[in-house]
Amino acid sequence: MKPLPKDPLNILVAGVGGQGNVMLAQIIGQALVMEGFFAVVGDTFGAAQRGGSVASHIRISKDTEYSSIVPKGQADFILGMEPSETLRVMGQYANPATRVIVNPRVVLPPTVISGADTYPDINEVLAAIEKHCSRSWIVNATEQAMNLGNRLYANTILMGATLGTGILPIGRDSVVEIYKERFADPKLYRANVKALDLGISLTKESC
Amino acid sequence: MTDIDVHAPGRVELLLGNEAIARGALEAGVGFISGYPGTPSSEIIPTIAAIAKRNNIYAEWAANEKVAMEAAAGASFSGIRSMAVMKQNGINVAVDFIGNLQMTGIKAGMVLLVADDPGPLSSSNEEDTRIVAKWMDFPLLEPCCAQEAKDMTKWAFEVSEQCGLICMVRTVSRIGHTRANVKLGELPEVEKKAYYQDTWNMYHPTKGIHCTVGGFDAGLHPGKIKKFATVKEILAKAPQEFNWYTGPDEPELLIITSGVAYIYAKEALKILKLEDKVGILKLGTTWPLPEEIVAKHLRNTKKILFVEELEPFLERNVMELAASLPSGTRHINFYGMRSGHMRGYGDVNVDLVIDAVLKIVGGSYEPRDVTYGLEIEELAEAAPARPWEMCPGCPYRPFFWTVKTALQIDGRDGFSLVDVGCYTLGAFNAGYWQGRTTHAMGSSFGVACGLGKLEQFGFSQPVMAMVGDSTFFHASIPALVSGTWNNANFIAVVMDNSATAMTGHQPHPGLSTTVMGDTASAISTEAVCRSMGCRVEVCDPFDMEATKNTILDLLSDDSGVKVLIVRRLCELVRARVEKKPPFKMHVDPEKCIGEDCGCARLCTRMFHCPGLMWDEKAGRAVIDEVMCAGCGVCADICPKGAIIKETLQE
Repeated sequence: MKPLPKDPLNILVAGVGGQGNVMLAQIIGQALVMEGFFAVVGDTFGAAQRGGSVASHIRISKDTEYSSIVPKGQADFILGMEPSETLRVMGQYANPATRVIVNPRVVLPPTVISGADTYPDINEVLAAIEKHCSRSWIVNATEQAMNLGNRLYANTILMGATLGTGILPIGRDSVVEIYKERFADPKLYRANVKALDLGISLTKESC
Repeated sequence: MTDIDVHAPGRVELLLGNEAIARGALEAGVGFISGYPGTPSSEIIPTIAAIAKRNNIYAEWAANEKVAMEAAAGASFSGIRSMAVMKQNGINVAVDFIGNLQMTGIKAGMVLLVADDPGPLSSSNEEDTRIVAKWMDFPLLEPCCAQEAKDMTKWAFEVSEQCGLICMVRTVSRIGHTRANVKLGELPEVEKKAYYQDTWNMYHPTKGIHCTVGGFDAGLHPGKIKKFATVKEILAKAPQEFNWYTGPDEPELLIITSGVAYIYAKEALKILKLEDKVGILKLGTTWPLPEEIVAKHLRNTKKILFVEELEPFLERNVMELAASLPSGTRHINFYGMRSGHMRGYGDVNVDLVIDAVLKIVGGSYEPRDVTYGLEIEELAEAAPARPWEMCPGCPYRPFFWTVKTALQIDGRDGFSLVDVGCYTLGAFNAGYWQGRTTHAMGSSFGVACGLGKLEQFGFSQPVMAMVGDSTFFHASIPALVSGTWNNANFIAVVMDNSATAMTGHQPHPGLSTTVMGDTASAISTEAVCRSMGCRVEVCDPFDMEATKNTILDLLSDDSGVKVLIVRRLCELVRARVEKKPPFKMHVDPEKCIGEDCGCARLCTRMFHCPGLMWDEKAGRAVIDEVMCAGCGVCADICPKGAIIKETLQE
């Protein structure tokens, strides 16, 4: 079992319904169990419609079960799939030692499109995120995924970027093994492993 | 996850709480499982259905929870272990049968699995169903985590069989929808043989094994009480890990808790480093109360805090017990919902328990640097709200748009009532605030039965009552019968998207496949309504012009109940089957003249599909290709015809 810097280690995956963060959190949880940890993954709650705020909570321990929701201010790592959702989750769960990955691709709610609400300036959002954590990585996962030919690879790239930081006590091999199970089509499997490695390279070199 | 029926005792898997419950039922040798979809219980039946055939199990979706309970009882009477699965609202539907079933009792172990939704996180109301166990006299088990959910579900079958009554397992959203480590147990080899013995005759004077006192119903109630008296002894043999105490011998404060609230209490004490001062009495068998262990700990403390969700269930039951103890409990101060230390609504969390504990024992706790906290909280307020929205391509959006248009044209202050399903969103901004009420399943038809008979009091507003296709079969038909027979004047709308969409697209009696994948003869909604003599119209919500004209025609017809079936497959189901969208959409930048048009941005401001964007710089509407489902409806919204739909090549 890899060493755990803190028990429990608290992870949040923040995004918008439809982005696939529930799936991402589930894969992290599965990898943790494979590596011998006790994992608790709080799934999506609320009306599971596309477009709503979704935060998945992952609690990691050597030996015991924690609640499925991270207590206030106790996040060790936040994986942000959307900038304003990352900031929203930080408001509730971050502390000065929290580390953050953020995908800068904005998803606008219809209320902003209609003009009834506003989306904050993206540069200000990113600056606020960077200022209020101990370490941050801006990972342009959506753009990189489009380059690979499908926006769906964004999640895999973010998964890789998370591995690259070395914060989670899981190795690349466990994730690759889970992908092998999930992607029956060998082409799809290979493409995802490629996206995973791309993600790892985005954060690893800056470590 | 490998298959839920994998025979690998001791293996640890990351299981969804609901999968753990399914596994527990398998480990108990369940033979028959029935239920009705409802978050957070919906995954249990499909998990078992997927492996049912090869394990000689029968799994089904019933039309509603009462029927599910009745069907499961039929299996139990014939010697097959059975389980009925529902959410908190479902038990309300089933409770009439439960009240009678408790009188006769059951034969093979029968488990009532109820998933409550404190929050509520995805329900129209909040309810604590534990009260039904006390009301109706049956044993109640409350798991605190996925592992216990599996272990308790398995044990519940034994408890039920031993006492001859149903046994209830009550979970909540935070268990059913959380993934956690679960250690698998043995899968038994059971011979499942159904046979209805002739001694199982409720009312026979000599053979009726449940009517030994005086025959007929005179014997039933005493019989139930006698059986329930055995429950305490059976539960006293609960595996040690279900009821236990942790903490000092004479704690400064004792927390009495059950279910998922225990996990919050445990974590709160760890954060506050109070584990050597504050004790926790964690109860897994909560009705009837395990009096011995509770009484023992009442003697060792002067302060007790009850940590539980929704109703002060433990709080009341423990205080009831305390009042009857000869030693007296006048030395104890009780804290909980009664004292205002805990709230009687919403789900509990670690921070709420921390607050309650500190209010009693003193001290303070800051989860993070105070200045940092204030700063980040203020910054986070800039994040825009993400209100509920129907999916791009959802048939309900154009329908509510058309309803709004038609009712305005009609001009008699007509209005709509919605029901429980995705179309509940019709009562919000997503559906242009069209729905005025939402109550129980099928209640919109029922309420309309009243509104439709108010003419003699000067009521002249048209009423459209809307239910979904699954809701129609669940509990709307009696209201339709009543309204039709009493000649109530309203339009009964069936929003048919050919799925129980909101809970995850489960099949229902209007469809031709069962949860086990067998072919079924679909029941025609039209035929049901026509058999009552109702006028029935069917429309496609994507054809907004025709739908509007149909609604206007129905609005002018005041001859009792008129049925409008609004039929179009749920977009999420369609996309799964057809893969490709029907149209490729784009906005013609020449034709869209933005704010100069005079349409007041009808498409992006009023219609607000998530697939439509507004390009601030260009002052034009654009299609968001990532979100757009290609349904083509918005092409009919634009007054300038600037939104273009191209048919995709086959």
